[in-house]
Amino acid sequence: MNFKTFLRHMREGFRNVFRNGWMSVASITSIVVSLFVLGVFILLVLNVNAIADKADSQVQINVHLTLNTEQKLREALQNEIGSMPEVSKIEFISKDQGLQEFRDSLGEEAADLLDGFDKDNNPLPDTLRVEVVQPTTVPFVAEKILALNGTHAEKPIYKVKYGKGSIETLFKITKAVRNIGFIFVAGLALMSMFLISNTIRVTILARRKEIGIMKLVGATNYFIRWPFFIEGALIGFIGSMVTVIALYIGYGSLVASVQGDPMLGLQLIAFEDIWLFLCGLLVGLGVTIGVWGSTVSIRKFLKV
Amino acid sequence: MIEMQDVWKTYPNGTHALQGVSVKIDRNEFVYIVGPSGAGKSTFMKLIYREEVPTKGQISVGGFNIGKLKPRKIPYVRRNIGVVFQDFRLLPRMTAFENVAFAMEVIEAPKKVIKKRVNEVLDLVGLRNKANREPSQLSGGEQQRIAIARAIVNSPSVIIADEPTGNLDPETSWGIMQLLDEINFRGTTIVMATHNRDIVNKMRKRVLAIENGNIVRDQARGEYGYEF
Repeated sequence: MNFKTFLRHMREGFRNVFRNGWMSVASITSIVVSLFVLGVFILLVLNVNAIADKADSQVQINVHLTLNTEQKLREALQNEIGSMPEVSKIEFISKDQGLQEFRDSLGEEAADLLDGFDKDNNPLPDTLRVEVVQPTTVPFVAEKILALNGTHAEKPIYKVKYGKGSIETLFKITKAVRNIGFIFVAGLALMSMFLISNTIRVTILARRKEIGIMKLVGATNYFIRWPFFIEGALIGFIGSMVTVIALYIGYGSLVASVQGDPMLGLQLIAFEDIWLFLCGLLVGLGVTIGVWGSTVSIRKFLKV
Repeated sequence: MIEMQDVWKTYPNGTHALQGVSVKIDRNEFVYIVGPSGAGKSTFMKLIYREEVPTKGQISVGGFNIGKLKPRKIPYVRRNIGVVFQDFRLLPRMTAFENVAFAMEVIEAPKKVIKKRVNEVLDLVGLRNKANREPSQLSGGEQQRIAIARAIVNSPSVIIADEPTGNLDPETSWGIMQLLDEINFRGTTIVMATHNRDIVNKMRKRVLAIENGNIVRDQARGEYGYEF
């Protein structure tokens, strides 16, 4: 095949999309619908994943110290915990700081609830706030910290708190969400491939007569196949681009409406952060399906 | 040009369409194939342009042994055979010009050559002024003329016409026949299956009559010979 013939195939492929008017619209629509559903789900999974990640990383261990623990002992304890390989960060929160934080967390309206408390009658204990490298090791590290009581006669640790139980549940949920999300995305991708190639198959079925005529005139199988190949790729490309644009507009307005609302406290992933991944995935999938659907479908009619 | 030796064709459903046909058609001949419906005329034609393969026997067209052809080679043999059908078989959604040009694109002819040659044959069939119409905008006779233009555009040595006037009124049919006669005069072998008694009896050519899968009559400047 020389270059001019290749250009001819390109031209024919493009023209075919227009020549087949409604058939092309049907194929493109089926691609848009399937990929849109897939895209929405991918966005959902990505966001749930991000939220789960954030929840995971926010897990902290609060080590409350017994009243009047000496500064020397506290610093020794801080060093011992800080040198554990699982621990990524340790921070001392004095009881005064703790009270201030507590106050801040209540917000303006409820701030007066703590009005009677000050330096002298602060009921909060001094606290070591520990963060770990692997969120899943939290229960284990908490045990380890509590065990330090055994090495100090003063038993300086009053309580180790990390939301026991709820942490374990959170991990289970986020793991399940990831797995189910992955299975759903894979299933949807497969389903859309089937749906789209079926639509394309129907449009080509309507053109079997045309293929027969081409063969009678002496066209080789390659000559017939190429324009169909390009047509399929183009239909896949148009369909996936329309999908990406629709997702961009829809998701963009969703992010804009949710982001400003403090009640929801939801932080959605910005479209800019994932558009390349999403675009690549959907366009790649669309073009692959378009090409696959059209080449597989005409193979049948190419036999003499 | 075309030679068959003891050709048999049995379809998978058990129909014996041809039973030991032997015939020789020379270069530049014009041959009518006549006979009742279902006698084997269409099978005879299909074997020549390799739509069907003989069950037994040998067929050669222009020196190629058609029966033993590899599927890959079929397109190249077909380019030397122009085919014309009762139902025209033009590509829909393509203009008359594009339909004729398609046969030349297939052989990867340069664009300039295609343009010149397609206009030439459109002139020959008298439809250059309707080059930009799609088949649905043309009358039956005009569609058949375009089909003939497509069949001859690559200057094949043989034209196979399966009832080319079957869907046309008598007047239009004569126009088509004159066109085929002209093409034959210019040196193309023509094999034409027909049920048109009038045409066969008025435009006298060699007649092959097929009945029950056999050639029962081979007559130079013959008559139609049937009452229907």
